[in-house]
Amino acid sequence: MSFYESLMALEQLPFTELWKECGPEDVKRALAKDKLDEEDLLALLSPAAGQHLEEMAQKAQRLTRTHFGHVMQLFTPMYVADFCVNHCTYCSFSSIYDFPRKKLTLEEVEQEAAAIASTGLRHILLLTGESRRDSPVSYVKDCVTVLRKYFSSIGIEVNPLSQEEYKELAHAGVDGLTIYQEVYHRETYEKLHVKGPKRNFRARLDAPERGCQAGFRSVNVGALLGMYDWRQEAFMAAMHARYLQDRYPGCEIGLSPPRFRPYLGSFNPESDVTDRALVQIILAYRLFLPRSGITLSTREPARLRDRLVHLGVTKMSAGVSTEVGGHTGEGGTPQFEISDSRGVPEIREMLYRSGLQPVFKDWDILAESSI
Amino acid sequence: MQDALHIGGKALSSRLFIGTGKYNRNTLIPEVIARSGSEVITVALRRVDPSSKEENILSHIPPHMTLLPNTSGARTAEEAVRIARLARAAGMGNWVKIEVINDQRYLLPDNLETIRATEILAAEGFVVLPYMSPDLSAALRLRDAGAAAVMPLGAPIGSNRGLRTKELIGILIEETGLPIIVDAGIGRPSEAAEAMEMGAAAVLLNTAIATARDPLVMAEAFRGAVAAGRQAYLAGLGAVQQEAEASSPLTGFLNV
Repeated sequence: MSFYESLMALEQLPFTELWKECGPEDVKRALAKDKLDEEDLLALLSPAAGQHLEEMAQKAQRLTRTHFGHVMQLFTPMYVADFCVNHCTYCSFSSIYDFPRKKLTLEEVEQEAAAIASTGLRHILLLTGESRRDSPVSYVKDCVTVLRKYFSSIGIEVNPLSQEEYKELAHAGVDGLTIYQEVYHRETYEKLHVKGPKRNFRARLDAPERGCQAGFRSVNVGALLGMYDWRQEAFMAAMHARYLQDRYPGCEIGLSPPRFRPYLGSFNPESDVTDRALVQIILAYRLFLPRSGITLSTREPARLRDRLVHLGVTKMSAGVSTEVGGHTGEGGTPQFEISDSRGVPEIREMLYRSGLQPVFKDWDILAESSI
Repeated sequence: MQDALHIGGKALSSRLFIGTGKYNRNTLIPEVIARSGSEVITVALRRVDPSSKEENILSHIPPHMTLLPNTSGARTAEEAVRIARLARAAGMGNWVKIEVINDQRYLLPDNLETIRATEILAAEGFVVLPYMSPDLSAALRLRDAGAAAVMPLGAPIGSNRGLRTKELIGILIEETGLPIIVDAGIGRPSEAAEAMEMGAAAVLLNTAIATARDPLVMAEAFRGAVAAGRQAYLAGLGAVQQEAEASSPLTGFLNV
């Protein structure tokens, strides 16, 4: 049993009719409950709920402040390699693009780490393109060994790995796994992932669960919003998170709502995810999963991020570069264009101005190899 | 000191323990401490960054406070033990609040792992205050393992749901002979007073103060409530009667 079986059952739902049938009373019923089920989630993502965003926001904020306090955890992604064997139609790292690929040496990783750590950040998300040949587990592990000198929490966002490989990385000091399904709608997934191992929908879908089984402290899932109908994609991502939370209660399951951003190619997404839609998704996530972390990336513009910090978001990136070696030296090709290019001090000030405390450190690596 | 709470070789005049985790800025903490009168403050080691001048939470805690580092994030006894040792090595003293949680949805503690961690740490000289689900057998095992007090939850952490486990906490107060510190769930000063009236030795709370509209005034409110509840307990509450007590009872003539 994996989420795959659940997904196949959920795919059978008549979404179009369900969205149409949801009325204000369904939204109000969902808002009145403490523990929400699948039907409540559908109601909160329905067009009808679009008319109740303020009520949803009030409750989402209350829940967030109660469970997380007036704080926001900060982190930054660190790209160490952009070699990729996949051809995905929406990504600059896709194998079809001809640009000078980069992979940092361990010395360069150390320089990047020192530059990022000097901003005060203690949580890092290590990213690579998807290539077992160019950025194998052994390379990721070597990078982690370097990063441990500078950071108290290390997450990874790399190609799907086996449970054993995840265990090896957990033992090396990695405590978080981020892996987005990108698209839950299988037909669309196949269209967008033209070539390479990423075409294997199920191997990717089951990766977060393998991460939970390997003992990672936090596992973060999400859909790349815009690739298919956003309501259905957000619904599936939230159900995926709930599935993991039900089975692995010791693991912190988080959600991200990344929206598609311009990149090297000319692909245009199918579903327009407006700001209102993004807000509705974040609020639905918070109400459906009151204790789950919700991560907001710099794909979103500064003016919007400044508002979203009040609506359920608990983690945000700051001082971001999506280029390999982007924090020192020349950098390379960005994976996608970021919208909010503010540095850590500016984000810190914005949070304080918003009545929130930036949290730079919220973990200590307890991997046995560190004791 | 009259009516001091004695734990780990210290005599505490305040029976209100507070937390640090949810404030919108750490600079509020000294004022919250002053207004609450608290002498014990819990800090998650995971949040402590001694290398940061601006964001080091410890730099906002006055030296007279007793630090109660907690093992937030631990999922096993071994992890809790490791965190406790790291805290002591970081100069945070030898008090520790054991928190072992394997359930991210309700944040309920794992009593079995908590007992194991308590055995190890008490033997190493720590003053161990374990956060636990109120269960008599577990509390007695914690006592026998060397806990200095036990900290049963009133309701799930951060829920502000009040004393949902009141009956069970009452049993722990009667049966363990240890100081019982009600930890988690208390959302209102009246609930803190209620816990103290029952005979709890102290209460520990964070969310109720940190997420109040005015944390400083709320800290004062809790200070008063804890003191009043304690005073009521010491004064001996009158027995609660289900029926009115007749001032001229029918059998009164027998005593004439």
